[in-house]
Amino acid sequence: MRELKGDALIAVAMSGGVDSSTVAALLQREGHRLAGMTMQLWNQRRLPELLPESPTGRCCSLDDVHDARAVAHVLGIPYYVVNFEESFERTVVQPFIEEYLAGRTPIPCTLCNNYVKFDRFLEMAEGVGASYIATGHYARLDFNDTTGRWEMRTGVDGAKDQTYFLWGLTQEQLARTLFPLGGMRKPEVRELAERLGVPTARKNDSQEICFVPNGDYAAFIEAWFREQGRAFEVARGEITDSTGRRLGEHAGVHNFTVGQRKGLGIATGEPLYVISTDAATQQVVVGREPELQRSLLRARQVNWVSIESIREPRAAQVKIRNRHPAADATLIPTADPAIVEVRFDKPQRAVTPGQAAVFYEGDVVLGGGWIE
Amino acid sequence: MAYYFDHNATTPLSEEVLECLTRVQRECYGNPSSIHTAGQRARQAVEQARAQVARWLHAEPGEVVFTSGGTESDNLAIFGIVRRNGGAAGKHVITTTIEHPAVLGACAQLEREGARVTRVRVGSAGVVEAEDVRQAVRPETALITVMHANNETGAVQPIEAIAEIAHEAGVPLHSDGVQAAGRLAVDVWAMGVDLYSLSGHKLNAPKGVGVLAVRNGVSLEAVQHGGRHERERRAGTENVPGIAALGSAAGWLVEHRAEEARRLGFLRDRLETGIIENVPGTRVNAASAPRTPNTTNVLFAGVAGEALTIALDLAGFQVSTGAACSSGAVEPSHVLTAMGLDAAEARSSIRFSLGRTSDEAQVDALIEAVRSAVARLRRTARVHEHA
Repeated sequence: MRELKGDALIAVAMSGGVDSSTVAALLQREGHRLAGMTMQLWNQRRLPELLPESPTGRCCSLDDVHDARAVAHVLGIPYYVVNFEESFERTVVQPFIEEYLAGRTPIPCTLCNNYVKFDRFLEMAEGVGASYIATGHYARLDFNDTTGRWEMRTGVDGAKDQTYFLWGLTQEQLARTLFPLGGMRKPEVRELAERLGVPTARKNDSQEICFVPNGDYAAFIEAWFREQGRAFEVARGEITDSTGRRLGEHAGVHNFTVGQRKGLGIATGEPLYVISTDAATQQVVVGREPELQRSLLRARQVNWVSIESIREPRAAQVKIRNRHPAADATLIPTADPAIVEVRFDKPQRAVTPGQAAVFYEGDVVLGGGWIE
Repeated sequence: MAYYFDHNATTPLSEEVLECLTRVQRECYGNPSSIHTAGQRARQAVEQARAQVARWLHAEPGEVVFTSGGTESDNLAIFGIVRRNGGAAGKHVITTTIEHPAVLGACAQLEREGARVTRVRVGSAGVVEAEDVRQAVRPETALITVMHANNETGAVQPIEAIAEIAHEAGVPLHSDGVQAAGRLAVDVWAMGVDLYSLSGHKLNAPKGVGVLAVRNGVSLEAVQHGGRHERERRAGTENVPGIAALGSAAGWLVEHRAEEARRLGFLRDRLETGIIENVPGTRVNAASAPRTPNTTNVLFAGVAGEALTIALDLAGFQVSTGAACSSGAVEPSHVLTAMGLDAAEARSSIRFSLGRTSDEAQVDALIEAVRSAVARLRRTARVHEHA
């Protein structure tokens, strides 16, 4: 744990889950002055048709607030619900939908981190007098006296590491952020939670995309359009192979993501995968497994975390999906400092536009960018 | 140390009320409807409280109906009048855009039952024009319901003038007096209303008890059915300790209300002046309206009210972004937007409401806390890339 300013107030982002609850309990045990806050990001009464059976068990449900409040109460710390629904809609939900409609596969968690958790929440925390925010992310932060930069490293628990979603954070944000769980493994966190008497110690882990029930993006997007009173143009298009041969048709590119195998509606002898989608022509190209392999990608809107930038090619390991084992590659700077070319040593399967390419050197997060 | 400036949300029990509540809770455990001695003792506690409340309101004891609070009183008045003689269908109700949700919600329910509702708008000072109420009257108007004082701004509505219009038209008038009772002088029938709601917990009495004053001769259809309590207007065993405590609070108000109102008015003006003079970019909402002496609602330009409320709480000062019922919601205050504030202005407004526990030292400390919190919030506000 880093040295904190004397009597500094820490705003703990409390989701009601075991990780952030443990963060609060841990920091309190260390004697810090805390304020617990739950971000209300999504009104769970929206889009009821997606999960008609219950308004609970979803992102930002009353249950979550209830749990977070109960933890704060047990710890005896002040607790507030702060409402960022409007920011979340504008900076996360709408871009998420636009990306899908443009034929890409977005990562709303990164947008949420960049524009809500480490922006609006940090602003709120500073505004009410907090010097730091603390979250339950599995990542480590250390200040490098030589470079004068905050360095981010992967969480010690590789299975829980969340740095894939944190590459967009700036030095200014990191200087005010605490990740107390970065050095712990999940079972240790649960054990600690039990020992500290955290009421949510046995709660299940949350799903990855909090506002999309059951991971059904297409249903979410269609329901969202209905809610807005906008006609959802189902732009039908062709499914072809890489030579342009027509194999079938589909009901909108938003139903497809690169590497997808199921739901293509084409009967062939061999398994086929989505190789690419093109929102402009509404074309979905499918092919056999080897056609999914790529050796080169371009990352845009690159943000450097632990290093200032690169001026010449640099060896690194690159992750192109959260669950992707980082693969050896060379980072190649381009004339545009916001764009980096990534050349993999070995071809990688399903390089997906809209996902992030995150650059590592061992466990150190160098930076990342969006895959073009 | 916590300084409480949210007396329009609820008030702490006063010492004399707490003492009464504890004594009655312990000693008057009987059911007031029972024949035996324990029942009689409880009955006596209820009737004594009824007499105290009646004296305070300048009403007859038989005109005082005890309820569970302001929301029930409003519901009983509105449904009790509009549904009598054959249901709500086809009837017309006049209310305003700035009522408490207890009234707005009941009116919305009447619409589902086939009634029509006119919601009269207010001017920029947050006050309804009596003349606009007159314009809204129709032959089938069955009820006019206008709050006495607004919970968010303290703006006092022209009840006497509206009462004249109601009487000319032969339409019963209900007023939600939850925020006015105890703060303004209330001579309930002289004001011209036919029904008047109030709530115990805004008067240093406990939560869970309220009154609907019903003028003699006004018939109500019961909303809650069961026993013949409260002259068949409100079924259910009486909340004896709560009612006694409300009687005690009423007794205190008879003696001390005028003096307390002057004291709070002085403190409120000191707070307002202190904020306006020390914090740039501020404006008092409904400043030009006649207001309850304990309430001020201040707009802090460019500051999120939610953040300011949290900052002040962390510093030990409890204030409100508006009605307690709407906190946590994204919707900006319907009262402030009805006065013409835009959503951002409404979200930048804070209500300070004073009461028995407030004093000059607290007010001065609050002014300094507001100055410092607003300065920090403005300093740390950032420009959002996606704004």
